[in-house]
Amino acid sequence: MNRIDQTFQQLRRQKKKAFIAFISAGDPDLKTTYDLVLALEKAGADIIELGVPFSDPMADGPTIQASSMRALHKGASLKKILDLVKRLRLKTQISLCLMTYYNIIFHHGEKKFVQDAKACGVDGVIVPDLPAQEAKTLRKAAQIANLATIFFVAPTTSNKRIKPIAQASKGFIYYISLTGVTGARQSLPSTITADLKRIKKVTDKPVCVGFGVSTSLQVKAINRVADGVIVGSAIVRKIEENSSRNCLIENVAKYVKSLVTLCHCEGTK
Amino acid sequence: MKTQLPDKGGHFGPFGGCYAPETLMGLLLDLEKEFHKIRRDQKFRREFEFYLKEYAGRPTNLYLAKRLSAYLKTLKVYLKREDLLHTGAHKINNTLGQILVARRMGKTRIIAETGAGQHGVATATAAALFGLKCVIYMGSKDVRRQSLNVFRMKLLGAEVIPVESGSRTLKDAMNEAVRDWVTNVRDTFYIIGSVAGFHPYPVMVRTFQSVIGQEARRQFLSKEGRLPNYLVACVGGGSNAMGLFHAFYKDQSVKMIGVEAAGHGLHTHAHAATLMKGQVGVLHGSKSMLLQDKDGQVQMAHSVAAGLDYPGVGPEHAYYQKIGRAQYVAIDDKQAIAGLKLLARTEGIIPALETAHAIAYLEKLARRVRGKASVIVCLSGRGDKDMGQISQLI
Repeated sequence: MNRIDQTFQQLRRQKKKAFIAFISAGDPDLKTTYDLVLALEKAGADIIELGVPFSDPMADGPTIQASSMRALHKGASLKKILDLVKRLRLKTQISLCLMTYYNIIFHHGEKKFVQDAKACGVDGVIVPDLPAQEAKTLRKAAQIANLATIFFVAPTTSNKRIKPIAQASKGFIYYISLTGVTGARQSLPSTITADLKRIKKVTDKPVCVGFGVSTSLQVKAINRVADGVIVGSAIVRKIEENSSRNCLIENVAKYVKSLVTLCHCEGTK
Repeated sequence: MKTQLPDKGGHFGPFGGCYAPETLMGLLLDLEKEFHKIRRDQKFRREFEFYLKEYAGRPTNLYLAKRLSAYLKTLKVYLKREDLLHTGAHKINNTLGQILVARRMGKTRIIAETGAGQHGVATATAAALFGLKCVIYMGSKDVRRQSLNVFRMKLLGAEVIPVESGSRTLKDAMNEAVRDWVTNVRDTFYIIGSVAGFHPYPVMVRTFQSVIGQEARRQFLSKEGRLPNYLVACVGGGSNAMGLFHAFYKDQSVKMIGVEAAGHGLHTHAHAATLMKGQVGVLHGSKSMLLQDKDGQVQMAHSVAAGLDYPGVGPEHAYYQKIGRAQYVAIDDKQAIAGLKLLARTEGIIPALETAHAIAYLEKLARRVRGKASVIVCLSGRGDKDMGQISQLI
C-alpha cells in the first residue's frame, strides 16, 4: 500500500483531516529543504509536497514563481531533489509528493522518472499542466510502480469530466479552490462546498483543497467539507521572509503548527 | 495524402496535444466544439470573409519582385504582400477570426500575448472594432524595443501590461497571459497569436491564416500556369509560414522552407532556432520542439526580431520537419538586417525584421538551385515598427 493511502486511512480512523504542506525544494537551498521537511513533519504535517522548480511555472502566482527562480539560481534540479528525498527517507516515513511541470518529467523520461522517484522514496506526483487525458504513459508506469498520480478538479470542471479525473487519481484528488493561479488570498469562493459535493458524489477517494489557502479560518472552513487542506504560497512566503534569519526553520514550523493544530482538531467534530 | 491532422486530441503525429491546467480544460473543450461548428457554418465564413475583404484588405497581392529576382539571378521571386494588410502584418487574419469566435462564445474581455507587438496591435484593433475590452501582455524587453507598437496598442484602447519575469520576452508574456486567463476564464477569451499553444489553437490559427496560401496558390497558378518550386517564410511560432504552407501540403513538388532566427549564431546559445537546435518538449500547452537545457528548463531565445524571439514553435512545424515535408534553416541577426536592406533597395519595400529573415535566405537558396526556380516568399509584415531599433543597429 502507498504511504499516502496509509496516511489517509490513519487520519480517517482518528477522524482527522489531512494537512498538506507545499514547499519549493531548493529554496533557499537544499540543505534547508531537508531540515524543513523534518521540521514540518514534527509540526504535524501529514503530507509534504516538494516543488521541483521549472523555468515557466504558468499555473503559479508571484510567490511560488519567485521561489522557483531562487531554487533554480541555487542549482536545484530534479536529480538533486530526488537525491534529497533519498536522504530524507533514512530519517522519515512521512508521505512525500513531487509537484512539477510536465516538461521536467517528459525530459527525464516518463518511465525513468517513475522508477527513479519510486526508488528514492517518492509517494506521489502532481503535475499542474498535465490533464488526465494526456497522462496515459505516466499513469501506466506509475500504476505499476505504485506511485500515486494526483489530478486536479477545478471549479470549471464539468460533471462529465469529474469521473475520469477521479478514476485516474490515486492517493487523493486535488480540488482547486478558485479560478486562478497559486497564491494566498484574503477570501475564497463560496462554491467550494457545492463543488466538493459534486466530487464526493462520484468517488470515495479523499479530496483535498488547495490554492489560495493561508488563514486558520480558511483551513477551518475547508475542512468542514474536505478531507484535507493544502497550504503552499503562505508557507513559501514565510520561508522567504525568514530566509536570512537563523530561526527560519523554527519560525516556519511554528506557523505550520498553528495551522495543523486547527486542521486536526476540526476533523474531530 | 489527406491532411486529416490534427487528430481529435489535437495531435500532429507525436506533437501537439493539450497540456493545460484543469481550470482551462472546460473552456478549451467548449472552444474546440465551437471551432468545429464554425468550420461548417456558412454564416461564419461569410462574416469572416467580409471582414478580411472590407476591413483588412484581402486579397493581398502576389507581386513579382523583378529587380530582386534579377539580383538573385537564379530565382523568380513572388512576394505575398501580407505587409499591405491593415495593421501591417498577417496577424490580423487570425485576430479577426478569433474575435468572431469570442463573440459567439459570449466573451466580453480579450487578452493576448505579443512579442514584436504586431499580434498585440492586431488584437487591439479587432477588439476596438467590436468594442471589447482588451489587455495585452508584452515582455518588458520587447516593450522597449517595440515602443511604437506599444503606443499604437494604447491608442487603440488596449491596456498593455509589461511582463518582468524570466527573459522578459514573448515566452514570459505568454506565461502571464495564461495566468490571467486561468483567473478570468469565465468572461475572457485568449487570442493566441501563433500556431502554438493548447489544442485547438494550433489548428484554429492555421485555419484562419491558411487564407494566405490559398490565395497565393490561386494567384501563382493564374500568373504562371503551374505551381512554384519553393515556398519561403520566417518561423518564430510559425503562423505566417503555416498560413502559406498549408494549402500546398499535398503539392509534393512544392518545397517548403521555414527560416528560423539564428540570432548571434547557431554555435552560440543566443538564437531562436528551435527546430534546428531544440529537443522535444512541452511548453504552453503543446508538445513540440523546444530550446531547453539538460534538466528540461526552458532556455532563453535570442533574435534581433522580437517576433521570432521564442524558444518554442508550433507543433505542426515540428511534424512537417519530422516527416520531411518542410525544411528548416536559420538566418542570423546580421544576415537579416542585410536582407532588410536588400529588399528596401531592390524593390522599395521595407520588411519587418522577422520577414527579413526569409528575404535573407533567398541569397542562400539562389546559390543552391540548379538552373532556374520560382519561389513565393511570405512577406509577413512591414518594417515601420522596427525603424527605431534599426536606426540604432545600422
